[in-house]
Amino acid sequence: MLSQATLTQVTAMVNHVPVVVPSGTTVAVAIVLAGQACRTSVTGEPRGPLCGMGICFECRVTINGQLHCRSCQVLCEQGMEVDTEK
Amino acid sequence: MMREARHHFDVLVIGGGPAGMAAAARAAECGVRVGIVDDNFSLGGQIWRGHSDDNQKHDKQGDAQRGEAARWANRVRISGVTALCELRVVHQPETGVLLAENLDGFCELTYANLILATGARERFLPFPGWTLPNVMGAGGLQAMVKCGLPIRGKRVIIAGTGPLLLAVAAYLRQHGAEIAVICEQASWGSLAQFGVALFNWPAKILQALQLKRDIAGVPFATNSWPVAAHGKKALESVTISRAGRVETIPCDYLGCGFHLVPNVELALLLGCGVRNGFGEVDDFQKTTVSSVFCAGELTSIGGVGLALIEGQIAGLAAAERTSEAKALFGDRQNARRFAQLLDRTFRLRSKLRSLPLPETIVCRCEDVSYSRLRGHTSWRSAKLHTRCGMGTCQGRVCGPATQFLFEWTPDSVRPPVLPARIETLAAIAGQSEMLQSQGTGEY
Repeated sequence: MLSQATLTQVTAMVNHVPVVVPSGTTVAVAIVLAGQACRTSVTGEPRGPLCGMGICFECRVTINGQLHCRSCQVLCEQGMEVDTEK
Repeated sequence: MMREARHHFDVLVIGGGPAGMAAAARAAECGVRVGIVDDNFSLGGQIWRGHSDDNQKHDKQGDAQRGEAARWANRVRISGVTALCELRVVHQPETGVLLAENLDGFCELTYANLILATGARERFLPFPGWTLPNVMGAGGLQAMVKCGLPIRGKRVIIAGTGPLLLAVAAYLRQHGAEIAVICEQASWGSLAQFGVALFNWPAKILQALQLKRDIAGVPFATNSWPVAAHGKKALESVTISRAGRVETIPCDYLGCGFHLVPNVELALLLGCGVRNGFGEVDDFQKTTVSSVFCAGELTSIGGVGLALIEGQIAGLAAAERTSEAKALFGDRQNARRFAQLLDRTFRLRSKLRSLPLPETIVCRCEDVSYSRLRGHTSWRSAKLHTRCGMGTCQGRVCGPATQFLFEWTPDSVRPPVLPARIETLAAIAGQSEMLQSQGTGEY
């Protein structure tokens, strides 16, 4: 039996590009699936999620205009606007 | 809903993993008003993450854990605990008051008794290439997969140290990953001693045998560790030292964590005594600060079993049921011996201190390289001169790393313990009036 969570899909916009994911997927995962880095480090390195649990802040992005959100702790919602940090 | 709210609880629990859930349920079952706060979107902590909606039927180890997780989740629900998820405590504006925020706003939390069950995080050690995307913690990679990252058909290397590596490898494999190799830094000898000592905990023997079946055929290398991760924009391959032989293996993900370290920041902020990096507690899990208790990985790394016992003791003690709490002391003693065994078995070898090259980044927030840190004699000196540990994670990643690399002791924490919005900070008494009088406040 599939749970309710796997039956529905949502589309989030990662840097204005639509990414379709099963509901219950975190924004961090959507960003990885979009092939994007979450942020650029102070010396210009691309960075992705490290700890997956809200400790390292490497996955921080802008979500619906809100700065510095830890994308590993936010679930994707339909139409959510995600901008990776440059 | 959040703005300017104030919640009062007889017992307030911070952290919704096994220790926090057990503490909350036991306290609430005594008839007191209990709240539990977690920064994630659901209770369960890291170990029970996603168990409520995970449907991998062939995951036997998961089945047993799911049963236990479901039982405690049920007890939390039935006993009437107020669960406040996606909420993070950032500051203690005055004794007995905690300031917390979520994505929408902030609130104040007050309590008669407070139980800290903030758990542990992975210890990360720097090596060349560890900052590349798709190099994650072992638990970090598992958390991502639990949160929807497709892993089927992906080639994964698991490295570091500790029992978590095997559990993660088994989980990922059950979800279709190809585990190229598990690199465990501990020696075969110390793992053999660990195996023999396990006979003191029959339930853990069963778990170990199940794990062994789950990872049958996966190369497991002791005396092994990652030497470098390679890739242009993301990970492409990893060079490992495999029992003294160096080889490079192409892969999609590297999950690498060197056992666990406690999330002690909030305990430090509240002034709780800390011994050897862990929250210091008495028999009833009471800290050195009155009305504040600690339970779970915050006091020692002993796994779910110990966390559940400590959580229950703290919950019962906070609800003033001391005789019921005392009944669990024997179980705790036994579980603590397992924590000591883990500590002995998975102690880091000094060779790992030579993994970073001069240009390897140690502090990922401020991109501070190993060579810039090498000359400093203390964490404070390094912070003042290089900004190491002064970035967004506030030293949560590089603190434990430099503690191992240079034997530095991290000093006190400063509020807010997590980055917070200016409106939240303005809520701290005094500043809010000041902002209001200047006409820039929100209320």
